[in-house]
Order: sequence, then structure tokens, then C-alpha cells
Amino acid sequence: MHMKTMSIALAGAILATGAAAQEITIESWRNDDLALWQEKIIPAFEAAHPGITVNFSPTAPAEYNAVLNSKLEAGSAGDLITCRPFDASLALYDAGHLTDLDDMEAMSNFSDVAKSAWQTDDGSASFCVPMASVIHGFIYNADAFAELGIEVPSTEAEFFAALDKIKEDGTYIPMAMGTNDQWEAATMGYNNIGPNYWKGEEGRRALIAGEQKLTDEAWVAPYATLAKWADYLGDGYEAQTYPDSQNLFTLGRAAVYPAGSWEISGFNAQADFAMGAFKPPVQNAGDTCYISDHTDIGLGMNAASANPEAARTFLAWVGSPEFASIFGNALPGFFPLSNTPVELEDPLAKEFIGWRGECESTIRSTYQILSRGTPNLENDTWGASVAAIKGTESPADLGAKLQEGLASWYAPQQ
Amino acid sequence: MSRIRWHIVVFLAPAVIVYTAVMIFPLFNTLRLALYSRVDQERIFVGLQNFQSLFGDPIWSDQFWNALGNNFWFFIIHMLVQNPIGIALAAILSHPRLRFAALYRSAIFIPTILSFVIVGFAWKLILSPIWGIAPSMLDFVGLKSLYAPWLGKEEYALTTLALVSVWQFVGIPMMLIYAALLSIPEEILEAGEIDGITGASSFWKIKLPLILPSIGIISILTFVGNFNAFDLIYAAQGALAGPDFSTDILGTFMYRTFFGFQLQLGDPHMGSAIASAMFAIILVGVCIYLFGIQTRMRRYQL
Repeated sequence: MHMKTMSIALAGAILATGAAAQEITIESWRNDDLALWQEKIIPAFEAAHPGITVNFSPTAPAEYNAVLNSKLEAGSAGDLITCRPFDASLALYDAGHLTDLDDMEAMSNFSDVAKSAWQTDDGSASFCVPMASVIHGFIYNADAFAELGIEVPSTEAEFFAALDKIKEDGTYIPMAMGTNDQWEAATMGYNNIGPNYWKGEEGRRALIAGEQKLTDEAWVAPYATLAKWADYLGDGYEAQTYPDSQNLFTLGRAAVYPAGSWEISGFNAQADFAMGAFKPPVQNAGDTCYISDHTDIGLGMNAASANPEAARTFLAWVGSPEFASIFGNALPGFFPLSNTPVELEDPLAKEFIGWRGECESTIRSTYQILSRGTPNLENDTWGASVAAIKGTESPADLGAKLQEGLASWYAPQQ
Repeated sequence: MSRIRWHIVVFLAPAVIVYTAVMIFPLFNTLRLALYSRVDQERIFVGLQNFQSLFGDPIWSDQFWNALGNNFWFFIIHMLVQNPIGIALAAILSHPRLRFAALYRSAIFIPTILSFVIVGFAWKLILSPIWGIAPSMLDFVGLKSLYAPWLGKEEYALTTLALVSVWQFVGIPMMLIYAALLSIPEEILEAGEIDGITGASSFWKIKLPLILPSIGIISILTFVGNFNAFDLIYAAQGALAGPDFSTDILGTFMYRTFFGFQLQLGDPHMGSAIASAMFAIILVGVCIYLFGIQTRMRRYQL
């Protein structure tokens, strides 16, 4: 009854304004952010753009790609598509499901690196508006560090010395990470510390160009460092899952958490101790530092959208500094990619984003182009990082195996 | 017989139509899909090329044989653990002087009706090195040293999951054998008693031969179930079937290939090739049973 009165009132309001309301729907895997979209982002947009109603309709992350593909094939997908970075979205563009957005003015608000995740290989077409990136590093229990008298490490030697000290004391598990789910070892392990070895973009581009190989020292050395981590992980880390690690840290049982910035809002809610963050340690004091500042979310337009104008209006707004500021502050840890600097309020998020000024940014090494073939380099890197930590294979063997897999289908590496 | 018996057609139609739509058509379409590939957004006919790479290209064949080998180990554990325990439980339950038999029967059968997701999650928690009760229970009896993070170790993970699956499904062979045991007439057992066959030997000499056909059915159900298995591994270890593919069975391999995983894009054609191979394996297994074993099994008129 109440619903009915509401909709009649709504219909009345629309008739009164005389504008035909356009409804647009957003497909997304960020079901965690549903409340944020409904309470903050969409009302802000609708207030500025009467006549367009926006509907945020997320799917579970693990099912998103499959669900979205079937919806697009069937023609029932929403007007706006949240874009995974690189090949998943490129495949959608190539199949004609996403519109080329190069002519949009808002695209000039983004740097080339930010746009690179949603461009054709030659950069001739951009098909998603960059929304946010995530930065890797380590989050630590500041109370524990103070209690044990440990300085925040900046070099690798200091890093392991700190872990030794925590281990010796015995109150805390030095580092909270498990290898059960595999991806943390690659994402928060290998691609977290790795850029310091392969010098960020320089090494990543050389690998894509075929000038460096995965058997080179720069690509093998991170595995040797990961092998040293095993001593500092909790008992039975082999069967420890990702949520286990999160809980171990937020319950205050572990001192260091190899992290991605997306953890910030969850950790803020869960942990009742002071937290800080430090960037991946460099080998020698004074070395240039490199961070993984990974382009993670974009927003594109369904080529078959029934309301292309409304969809474009929304996209233009997503490209604006106003959106960047709402989004960045509502979701600390997802950093807007817009060129206009955004003032963040969360101290931990500020810490992470501060590294952009001190270090060179890069993205995860396996994401662009290199995970297109079979065997899939990203998936293989998961297995290799786990094997490195467990010590079941030597770093050199892992490098050789990955190189062989990559070379089997990727011409520049042959 | 020139007259068509319409009532037969009419009565068969609903079942035939539904079965064709949801089983036969998808099956043949999967077999057909396996003969195609996608090149530059075009679907083209490639004949048996997908199967060639599945069995000939080490990138695919290594994974396939690994999954098949793991699948056989999964099946062997079920045959060696689940079915004997199921038969033993049925024999005990059918003992006329056992009290609370109905209670035990329900308790043992209940896990079978639980969802795989619940079973996978519950056992992951039980065995967890951090929050699990397994380490503390072993500690309680002084055997903490026996504890290992089983699900995270390459050498134990698959066996552990097979045993979890046994725990879940032991009720099925138990129920089927229990029903078979109840259908054995008292007179036969009494006749045996007169001839001096009592107690355990009445089980081995009279009951077991009479329930052999049921054991055969259970074996084939186990075989088909195990080679189609997917849910428990996926729920407990994810689509990559870790650690290091040590729990990868044909179902998870097929899922990963068909739907894609993380950055790996789905390949419905290669996935269909794997599904076809699974179908062939199950078909061969069932045929061996039907023609090689079942026809030779002795049956007794009760």
C-alpha cells in the first residue's frame, strides 16, 4: 500500500516536471559498496541531474564476469558496465559491447597511465572512465610496534630485523598471510614487493616488449625474498585463508599485514588498535621506491544501451572532480584516478596515497597483455608465489617455469 | 500394428519433452560445441583440434592427467572407505537387538542432505590451524604433534577432502544396503541356522552374497558421482583447486576452463571438450560395469 502511494506520488512528480524520466542501470561486482552508492553517490548525481534515475545493481565478485557476459549476449545488461582492468574489458570492447568514449571531454581529466587499463593495445580507443586504483603496501599494528619498540622499516634489512624481533618476543604472529587461497601470495606478496626489484614501469614494459625475461634476476629475486617470509607466518599458514588473515590481524594477534589499500575501510571498522602503513621496503636506504598503484575499477557504457544520453551524462559526472571527492572519501583505499588532487580524510588512506609523491607508480606486472594466453601468467604467478613461500621449488626453477609458459604463446618472448 | 496408439504418445510426451530439453539437447550441444573454436570473434569449426590439444599439448594434457589421476584417487578412497563403512553400518543397524537404531540411522544420514557449501565451510573451520577444533582436540588427547594443516599441504589435501566427502555421503550406501538386508527373508537365515551358520558367518555366507547386486549399484553410483564431483572441492579450495592443483579434479578443471578464472578468460569450446572427455570416461566406466560385471553377477530368487 505504502509502495503504491509512493509510486503514484513519484509518477505525479515526474508528470508535474514534464520531463520524461530516464532510468539507467549500473552493472557492478562491488556488492560491498551497495549502501555507499545508494546513500551517497546516486543521490548526489540525481540532485544535480533531475530527470535521470540511477539504479545500482551489483553481482557477487566471483560471478560478475560470467553473469555480465551472459547478460550482454542476451541483451539484458544494464546501461553502464563497471569495468575490470585490461583484457576482460578489452574483450567486451572487441566484441562490440562497450562504446568508445574517446570523444568525451571528461576523459581529459585522466593521465595516460590511468587510462591504459581500458584502452586498446595501440591506445586508439578508450572504453571506460577510470574510477579508482588500489595501492599495495604493508599495514602494521602501531600499538604492537610501540610496545616492542620497533621502528617502521624502510629497507629490506630493517624489515626482516623487525620481523625477527616480533618473532623473538612471541606475543604477536609477525606477519598475517596464508597460502591457502593463493592469490594473496601473488598479489600482496610478489606484486607488492616486486616493483622495487624490476623498477616498476621500466621492468614491466621491458617484459611486455620482450627485452627482459622472467628468468632475469629482477623477476626471480622477489621469489627468493618471499621464501624468507615462511618463517614469519603463523602456524599452519598453508591452510590459512584470506579471511583468516584479515581476522588474525584485526583481532590484534598479528603485527604486520601485507595489504592492498582496499582493506582500509574494513580494518577501520574491525580493529580497535592504532594502525599505520609502510611501503614495500627497498634494498638499500636511499633507493628509488616503486609502488604498485593498480588501476582497478572503471565505468563503461553498454553499446546497446537504450538511454545512451543519460548514460553519457552519468559517465561525464563520474569523470568529474566532484565524483572523485565523494568516491575517494566514502571508500578510503580506493583512490580516484582523476588528475585533480582529492583531499582524503582517512589517515591510513592518506598514508597510502602519500607514496604517490615519493615513489614511482606502476601496475601489477601480469595484468596488461601478458595474461592473455594459455597458460595464464597471472594464475601461474599465484602458484609460483605460493611455491616460493612454502619452499617447494627454488626461485630459479619458478622463473624458468613461468618463462617457458609465457614464451609458449607470447611472440615477443620467443 | 498400423494403428498408432496415441495414448502412449500422449503419456510419454511430457517426460520425453522435458528430458530432451533439459538433458539430451544440452548434452549433444556440449559435444557439438567441443568441435568449434573462437578465432577473432568468429566461431569456426575445427573438428577434433580441441581434443588434440587436450591430449597432445603439455599445457593442457598435464592438467588433464593430473585431474584424472586425482579423480581416480578420490574414487578409490570412496570405494575403500565409504562403501565398506556403509555396509558395516547397515549390518550393525539391521541387527534386531540394537537399540535406538532409528536415531543412529537418521544421524548418519543427515550430512547427506546438507549443502556442499556448508560441508566444505564447516570442515574448513574444523580443520583450520587457527580457529579449528581439530588441533585443540588432538592436543586434548596429547597427540598435537599429529596435527598438520591438512588442507594446505599438497600431499594430504586431496585425501582429506575425499574423507570429508565420505563423511558426508556414507549415509547413502548405508541406506541402500540396509534396505537390501531388510528384504532378506527370515526363513533363509533360519534355514542357515539349522545348518549351523550363525552370527558373523551368516553375514559373510548368506547376507553378503544376497546384497552383492546392491553393492554393485552403489559402486557405480559412487563412480558416476565422483567423476562428476566439483562442488566440495570448489567450496573448500576454490577454482584453482590448491595447493598447487593437488585437489584439481575433472569437474574443477572443466569449470576453470569453461567459465574462466580471474584473468583467465573462459573458453566454452575447450571447456566442452573437457566435459565431453568426462562424459566418455563415465560412459566407459558404466559400460564396463553393465556388460562386464552386472551380467555375470549371480542373482538369487528370494
